[in-house]
Amino acid sequence: MIELQGLTKRYGDKLAVDGLTCTVRPGIVTGFLGPNGAGKSTTMRMMLDLDSPTAGTVLIDGRHYRQLKDPLKVVGALLDAKAMHGGRSAYNHLLCLAQSNGIPRARVAEVLDTVGLTAVAKKRSKGFSLGMGQRLGIAGALLGDPQILMFDEPVNGLDPEGIHWIRNLMKNLATQGRTVFVSSHLMSEMALTADHLVVIGQGHLLADTSMAEFIAQNSRSYVRLRSPEHERLLDVLSGAGFTAVTTGDGAVEVDGPEAARLGELAARHQLVLHELSPQRASLEEAFMRLTAESVEYHAHSAPVTGEPSGPPGAKGGWGADWQKKGS
Amino acid sequence: MTAPSVSNYVSPIPVRRATLADALASEWTKIRSLRSTMWTMGIMVLLVFGVGSLIAMAAGAAGDDVGNNASALGFAVFGVLLSIICVITLGVLTMSSEYNTGMIRTTLTACPNRGRVLAAKAIVFFLLVFVIMLVSTTLVAMVDTAMIRGNGLVETTGPMWLKATFGVSLYVALLGLLALAVGTLIRHSAGAIAAMLGLMLLPMIMAAFMVADSLTDLREFLLEYSIPTMLFTIYVTPSSGSGPEGWDAVFVMAGVAAVALGGAYAALRSRDA
Repeated sequence: MIELQGLTKRYGDKLAVDGLTCTVRPGIVTGFLGPNGAGKSTTMRMMLDLDSPTAGTVLIDGRHYRQLKDPLKVVGALLDAKAMHGGRSAYNHLLCLAQSNGIPRARVAEVLDTVGLTAVAKKRSKGFSLGMGQRLGIAGALLGDPQILMFDEPVNGLDPEGIHWIRNLMKNLATQGRTVFVSSHLMSEMALTADHLVVIGQGHLLADTSMAEFIAQNSRSYVRLRSPEHERLLDVLSGAGFTAVTTGDGAVEVDGPEAARLGELAARHQLVLHELSPQRASLEEAFMRLTAESVEYHAHSAPVTGEPSGPPGAKGGWGADWQKKGS
Repeated sequence: MTAPSVSNYVSPIPVRRATLADALASEWTKIRSLRSTMWTMGIMVLLVFGVGSLIAMAAGAAGDDVGNNASALGFAVFGVLLSIICVITLGVLTMSSEYNTGMIRTTLTACPNRGRVLAAKAIVFFLLVFVIMLVSTTLVAMVDTAMIRGNGLVETTGPMWLKATFGVSLYVALLGLLALAVGTLIRHSAGAIAAMLGLMLLPMIMAAFMVADSLTDLREFLLEYSIPTMLFTIYVTPSSGSGPEGWDAVFVMAGVAAVALGGAYAALRSRDA
């Protein structure tokens, strides 16, 4: 169990993490989601007491990280694949970690076997690929057989087989009753592994919700209609008691009723329709909308005319909605 | 989704409080598993023994009068002076390479107690340099004293032997600790090595430009307390009668290293890794 209480980190006049409060529970995989630069890594470094927070605290099973007497047996962390000395062999890297916490030497061979690096154990990690470095980092996290595991972008650099492996590993670890906290900037990745989601953007908590709830809220279906008699269509829809939203490209989006009912409604009023299509927002899209206003590094593309397809009335409201729920 | 009612996972690995001894074992594994250690320490031995005995051999062959109340032990000083470069390099790298590679984050995650990390590194590095230096200086002292007699050299005594082996090794290992502290403070290998070399050479270079009478005292101070001069005074008591002599250099270096390590500890505690 990890508890974040009003966690804040300020670099100069820039707030990297702003009053983050949430709880990471055991037995499930908690996904920590946010665009690049949202403050995920900073938050994780503060959880491990590498960076000291400007305000707020992190409690690991009720204690500060600095108070842990045998930290590797409580928390295992993969920060980034490069947090090791390239001149040292994989075996020696793990050995020095094991020794620092009084972990039996035999565990080193065990975790090397778990991550599949036994064959290159005596090789210097300088020559490792990103994926191998990632595996060695994961081996380090598993070394103390801890009840809490933190992974910062674990699928980075892994091949499809490796990604599949780490997904199953995280799920298994959670099933054993451990707390698994994993960061990512990919919603699609989280949808496959996480049971719970903590979403941040520019250091703010945007959502703290279960995956099931997130899916229920965001895969909401809606219907898109298009008609040459635009005004009459709006009248008909409002006459029938539906809320319609006109999008930038002249289409109308209606949340709630099925496409068939809307088609029948149009037929009754002898309305010509050029489009009648049921739509479903993807989770990736929902995540993009949620974090759109907090993305720090935008790639500048040509100005977009019209709204991207998505559920109507979703602007801003979503994030604000969950923010209340999460805090 | 409902909150699962799972109890915390309990590992079969026995839980016990990690100690300084664990940190020492870890740091020993770290320092012995890197090639840079083998290289710097290997070259250090080569310089102390090789240069120290070659110079003695040359002096013995030339048969010149050395004077200056020096003993045969003093010929080792040139090799030791050169080997300091190796000690500084390894001392800096012991800490700065952790920052340059990102290993420091792993290290501090495994041992959040900054004081213990710094103490373990300092102790392991100090003992490594001290022991290798003690063996090298003892060997070169035996070779040098066996090789040359006469040349106007004074007879060697017990205290002279102690200074030339134990004392010099202490001085060099303490200088290494200073480098380790500077490496912690600067966190950048090249920058920290440059700073240490500057610390070694700048006082002598600066003194060379201080020709004004009003600067005489400062010039003398810079010359007498520069790192190479202090090393010389351990071997040969200076004739000027001022400045450090005998064991003074070791005490001065111990004080400087202690202050620097204190600063390094404060920096390690307060800074983000």
